[in-house]
Amino acid sequence: MAKVTFNEDRCKGCGLCVTACPKKLVQLSNRMNSKGYHPAEITNQEACIGCASCAIMCPDTVITVQMK
Amino acid sequence: MDFKKTKGLTDAPLHYCPGCTHGIIHRLVAESLEELGVLDRTVGVASVGCSVFTYNYFNCDMVQAAHGRAPAVATGIKRARPDDIVFTYQGDGDLAAIGTAETVHSAARNENITIIFVNNAIYGMTGGQMAPTTLPNQITQTSPYGRDVTVVGYPVKVCEMLSQVDGASYVERVAVNNVKNIMKAKKAIKKAFQNQIEGKGFSLIEVLSTCPTNWGKSPADAIKWLDDNMATYYPLGVYKDKEATKND
Repeated sequence: MAKVTFNEDRCKGCGLCVTACPKKLVQLSNRMNSKGYHPAEITNQEACIGCASCAIMCPDTVITVQMK
Repeated sequence: MDFKKTKGLTDAPLHYCPGCTHGIIHRLVAESLEELGVLDRTVGVASVGCSVFTYNYFNCDMVQAAHGRAPAVATGIKRARPDDIVFTYQGDGDLAAIGTAETVHSAARNENITIIFVNNAIYGMTGGQMAPTTLPNQITQTSPYGRDVTVVGYPVKVCEMLSQVDGASYVERVAVNNVKNIMKAKKAIKKAFQNQIEGKGFSLIEVLSTCPTNWGKSPADAIKWLDDNMATYYPLGVYKDKEATKND
């Protein structure tokens, strides 16, 4: 199983990770981070296949993927 | 797969606009340097444009060159310190406009340096003016009715041009518009640095990049525009590889 973490304060809410996820598990949240953007979050951690597509697509290296 | 931030990047937050693919390209360069184990003997040369602040982001020694002059500065550094790994990171407004002469001649001399050329078909930092690489009919601040090639001429295709220069060793065009292409771009960038370590001479990697803010598009639409327009006008692929030709 994979664990995906977002360094939320670095996120600019561009949404490229949302389009990159093959399982459609990433979305922009309703809350705001310290920059005033809506940070990305994962909706269903259990369903994540750990492909790291979101992290590869992220321009701001917000995302860390760890295989357990 | 495991994925964590490379040691080749500092902790400074990138100043780029949301969805700008500069950040992806930064990461690919930094990962390549880290994987090749040359971070402590690398000198990067920053250009003028949005990428001017790269000296804050790469975890290696950096120099800032005058507009377009990065390959000339890199030439000096490499010749004075041949054991160092020297690269330039330049945009299209820098490399393909005011810096065309430096680029072509460093290729002609087959300087043993690596050039990362980020092409987003527009001047980003100054607010979206028409660049030498702006596509025909593309709307920019200074071409509000689209680029009229009968008045301002045609875009400069840097890889095609440099592939005709005998000195150039390795010239490839890649894009960072999807995960597959990002993996390919990483491979090309790493090879360009490997070439320098092996003393094979001039390597240039052109990376097709987006500029959502100045293209007036959302980050996702900008990626699509790159797919539909840029990648057809600027075909991806290896334009020159002296090593491969030698083995044929």
